[in-house]
Parts: sequence; structure tokens; C-alpha cells
Amino acid sequence: MNRIKPLLGHRLFWPVAVLAVMLVANTIYRPGFLSIEVNNGHLYGTPIDILRLSAPLILVALGMTLVISTGGIDLSVGSICAISGAVACLYISKAPDQNSFGMVLTALAMALGVALVLGAWNGVLVSVIGIQPIIATLILMVAGRGLAQLITEGQIITINSGPYRAIGLGHFLTLPLAIFIALGAALLVAAFTRRTALGMIIESVGGNREASRLAGIRSGRVVFLVYVVSAACAAIAGFMMTANVSSADGNAAGLWVELDAILAVVIGGTSLAGGRFYLSGTILGALIIQTLTTTVYAMNISPQTALLFKAVVVIAVCLVQAPAFRARFSRRRRGTPPPPAPSPQRQKEEVPA
Amino acid sequence: MRNMRMPMARRRAIAVVAAVLLAGSVAACGNSDTGSDGGDDGKIVLGFSQVGAESGWRTANTNSIKEAAAEAGIELKFDDAQQKQENQIKAIRNYIQQKVDVIAFSPVVESGWDTVLKEAKDAGIPVILTDRAVDSADKSLYKTFLGSDFVKEGRLSGEWLIENKKDAAGDVNIVELQGTTGSAPANDRKKGFAEAIAADPKLKVIASQTGDFTRAGGKQVMEQFLKAHPKIDVLFAHNDDMGLGALEAITAAGKVPGQDITIITIDAVKDGMQALADGKFNFIAECSPLLGPQLMDLAKKVHAGEEVPPRIETEETTFTQEQAKEALPNRKY
Repeated sequence: MNRIKPLLGHRLFWPVAVLAVMLVANTIYRPGFLSIEVNNGHLYGTPIDILRLSAPLILVALGMTLVISTGGIDLSVGSICAISGAVACLYISKAPDQNSFGMVLTALAMALGVALVLGAWNGVLVSVIGIQPIIATLILMVAGRGLAQLITEGQIITINSGPYRAIGLGHFLTLPLAIFIALGAALLVAAFTRRTALGMIIESVGGNREASRLAGIRSGRVVFLVYVVSAACAAIAGFMMTANVSSADGNAAGLWVELDAILAVVIGGTSLAGGRFYLSGTILGALIIQTLTTTVYAMNISPQTALLFKAVVVIAVCLVQAPAFRARFSRRRRGTPPPPAPSPQRQKEEVPA
Repeated sequence: MRNMRMPMARRRAIAVVAAVLLAGSVAACGNSDTGSDGGDDGKIVLGFSQVGAESGWRTANTNSIKEAAAEAGIELKFDDAQQKQENQIKAIRNYIQQKVDVIAFSPVVESGWDTVLKEAKDAGIPVILTDRAVDSADKSLYKTFLGSDFVKEGRLSGEWLIENKKDAAGDVNIVELQGTTGSAPANDRKKGFAEAIAADPKLKVIASQTGDFTRAGGKQVMEQFLKAHPKIDVLFAHNDDMGLGALEAITAAGKVPGQDITIITIDAVKDGMQALADGKFNFIAECSPLLGPQLMDLAKKVHAGEEVPPRIETEETTFTQEQAKEALPNRKY
């Protein structure tokens, strides 16, 4: 018991347990669920699908984690996905040779540039003008969708470009390239935030912006920066989404991904009130959400009940993640005195950002 | 408390500004009331609320309506609801207030229209539904429904499949990609297809999931279908886009679309027709968006008080691979 306790108390225990339960349930339903085979020299199987399909969500959620840890929120990421994908695909569709590597790089740079401008717009609204993050980014969430449709002229732009397609469907060392891109981004963010003081500075700003400023941190710049990073992550996710189907759909690309990203962050244990963030938790959260979606298709749960099924699982995950709920549950079961009260930072979670 | 300390001059200034604003808004109301009474110049005013601009199909539909209105000399007030029912209800209420002559709209979803349709009826404005139906029990709430017969599209797809697979030995396993859950095209196409294939007991739908009418959705669902079911003979997708997404999944699984798996879709947009002509799809039941001229015709008739049939179908056809090759150069959308 003594050895299990610290494991149970680890903040990643419950997300991992939920993921494991889902995989086991799937395997019981269909024994071949976890099997991986080699097809055309690539690894092929449902676990690979889950990793590949969760790559865009991981990217968006990474940026969202940083934004949320400053006490903010970024609702505009879905629209930024759509805009960056649309800009890149539009440029490629107009090019004389769609398979030119340099041209695709230009398209990516251009689309990334647009996304950075949009991220800077969010950053200025929040850090300089001082608008509440949920309102500031709501502007771009709504207007950005329109902008994406304006770029695509309301059509679905279909492209036929090998290099661009590779972002979503290419392979490297028998694994989908998208997995490596997401992994690379995660390692980069982790290195910058956890190997330097940046992470602590971000948490400090999220804990108390004014106190951090008085302590000598340029809080405004930190807040500005996280929105730009979030937009950049969303842009790369947008490339993956559009490359995955070789077409830019201004209307459907990245639709509601902001909500999935926020959910992934919350499942991962990051407080919506800011002041703490867990990148590994966020990645697990994204994997859980994608596994859930895949489970619906794999078990062929009817579309009418799928939403309810997802809601029930998400509620269960959130409850089991909440220390207050677990404390109450274990107290009732064992009749022992309650464990120490949840930390103040946990209580802050109840305050919507 | 602070008010009491406000200098007198400033308070007066605020009062003046408020008075001017009030007068202005009253005048504005007056203006809009007289300005939008469309019948004055003898031109019929048609208020149209579109679902959105979610696909090439929808854009072609919008263009057809705009062009036909200009040609027929009808003044068109156009609103894009961006897939939201509340936007559409707002737009219809606006049209009622503006006293347009005829209201037409493509409902985003099937249910929840009774109240606003009743308001239009009470205001004496005839309503025409286009493209999608509503499930109101009271059929007097609208004059007519102009649009494709989704059940028929599903049935034609199913009938072609029966003919195509009549010599097949053993069970034919079908997977279905449904449209957005609860939407009329998804419900009706599923129903029509199921009714048709019931005639042949060896045709079996082994899995059916929603792909939300999008390529990404169709692809993701098809990937799982391919892994869960080793033997898939037929894919029936409720629109071209989901079928196009599924193509990628089928190719990635090492199968040849159109040969290993027979693919049937609905809509016949340009990319879909191209896939059909290239031999990747096998059959498309058309769902034509070009209903503008028919709509203008109907608007004139209901405005003049003529009786119109409660259900009018758009003119459409079906395509095989050979027919697609012929038709492709002349497609408008």
C-alpha cells in the first residue's frame, strides 16, 4: 500500500488510467484494436491512427496550455487553423508546379506569417489594451472563420501537392511525419519553458501579474508572447488538418478544436485560473480525446448516442481528476478523516477564466 | 452620488446629446419603415436566408439564386446564416419586419421552426422552403417546398447497387458515411437507401457512422471502418466530400477505390465528378443546386396568389463513370 500511494497521488495517474481503460475496453470489444502491421513499408494500425490524428490537437493544446497558465484563454485557435490552412492551400493551388518544394516552403512561411500577425493581434488586445482574454480572442474566433471563408471564397480548395501532403500523411522511420512534428513542438516548448526560467516566469505571471511586474518581470511581454506562440502552434496544426485531406475547407477545418484543446489542458491537470501548467498532462489529455473519438467509430456507436457517450466519459474523467471529488469519495468509503484540504490553487479552478 | 457633483453645464450637455440621439433613433425607425416597403415600385421583394457557404454545392446554390433573381427582376434580400438556426430565425424576423413580399429559406435543421413560421403567416407573408424541409406538423405554415428528394437520391443509389451486385456471390458488406446527425439529407438518404437495398437480402449495411459531410470526417471514419471490418465491398457516402475523404483512407489501407470497394456518393460536385470520371467512384446520384429559376417562378406565383403544389422537385439525374466523363466539361460547379 505504501508503494502504491505515491503512484496514486501522481497527477498523471488518473489520465493514464483513463487512457488505459479505454484501450482495454476497445481491445475486449475487438481483439485486433491494438495490433500494428506493416503496410507499404509503414506501420499501420489503430494506435498509429490515434497518434497521427491527435497530432494537430496536441499542437493546439500546447499553445493553449501556455495561454491558460498565464490565466488567459485563446478561443481563436480553430479559426487560425482554418486561416493558415486556407492561405497555404490557396498559394499552392495558384502555383504553376504544385510539387515544388521551395514553393511549398514559401506557402508555409506566408501562412505562418499571417498566423503570427493574428497571434500578435490577440496579444496586443490582451496585454496592451487589457481586454479580457475570453472576449479578445472571441473576436478572432468569430471574425476569423469569416476571414477563412473569404480567402477560400466559400469553396473547398483542392490541391495536389506531394510536399504539402507529406505534412499530414508523410512517413519518417515508418511512422507518420505528423507524430514527429507534434513531438518536436512539444520538446521545443518543454525545453524553452522547463530548461530555462521562462516556464517559471509564465507561471509567475499567471499567479499574479502585478506582483510579477513589481518583481521585475515584464508581464506584458510574457502575456503577448504566449498568444503569439499559441497562434503559431495553431497554424502548424492547420497545415496538418488541411494536408491530411489535401484540401482547405474554410468552414470545417479546425471547427471546435479550441474546445477540445481547452478540455485536453484541463484533463492534463493545468488550472484554468493560471499559475501552473503541465505539458505532459496536456499531451495525455489530447490522446484521451482522440482515443474517445476513435472508440466511437471502432465500436460503431450510433451517431445519435455518440455525443452522450463522449459527454459521460468526459464528465467521469473530470470528476476523477478533481481532488475535491476524490477526497469526498474516499472519505465516505473509508470513513477516515478527510485528507488535507485542496491547495488554494486548486480551489481557484472553480473560477471561470 | 457622483452625479450630484457634476457641473451643471455638463449635465445639460448630456441631456442635449441624449435628446438628439433619441430623436435620431425615432427618425431612423420612421425611415426604415417607409424605406423597406418593397411593393412600392412594383418589384417583388424576396427575402432569402441561406444555410451558409459550407461547400462548393452551397456556393453554386447561392449564385444560382442571385443570378435568377436579377434575371427575373426580383429584388433579393440575401442573408447568410452561417449554419446557425438562431441567425436564420433572426433573419426571417427581420424580413417580416421589413414587410418583404415573399420569404424563402433553406432550413439549417429540420425542427424548431413553428413559432417563426407562424409569425410570418400572421403577417401575411408567404414562405417557400428550398433545398431542405422542416418537420412542422402544420403544413399551412409554408406554401411549398422546392428541393431535391433526398429519399429518392438514396433510393436511386440503392437501386443502382442492386443492379450492380446482382451477380455477386455471398454477402455484400456495405459501410455508410452519414451526413450531419439529424439533418434532413442524412436522415432521408439513409432511409431511401435502406428501403431500396431491402429488396436484396445479400446487401448488408455492416457499419454506419457520421462524417459530418466533411472530407476530414469521412476520412477518419473510413480509416476505422477499414480496420474494424476486413471485408468491405461497398461504401455509400451521403455526399461527395465524405467520399473524397474516404478515398484517401482506402488508398492508405492498400486497396484500390472503385475496384476493391465500390463507391457510391450523392451530390455530383466538380471534385466528385472528377473522381467518378477517373474511375475512383462508381456512381453518383445528383443533387442539383441550380434551383434559382424555379424559385423565382414560384415566388411570382405565390405573390400573385396562385395555388402551387406543396412539393416541387428540382430536376436532377444520376451519373455513371462514362456519363461523368461526358458531362464533366460542361459542369457549372
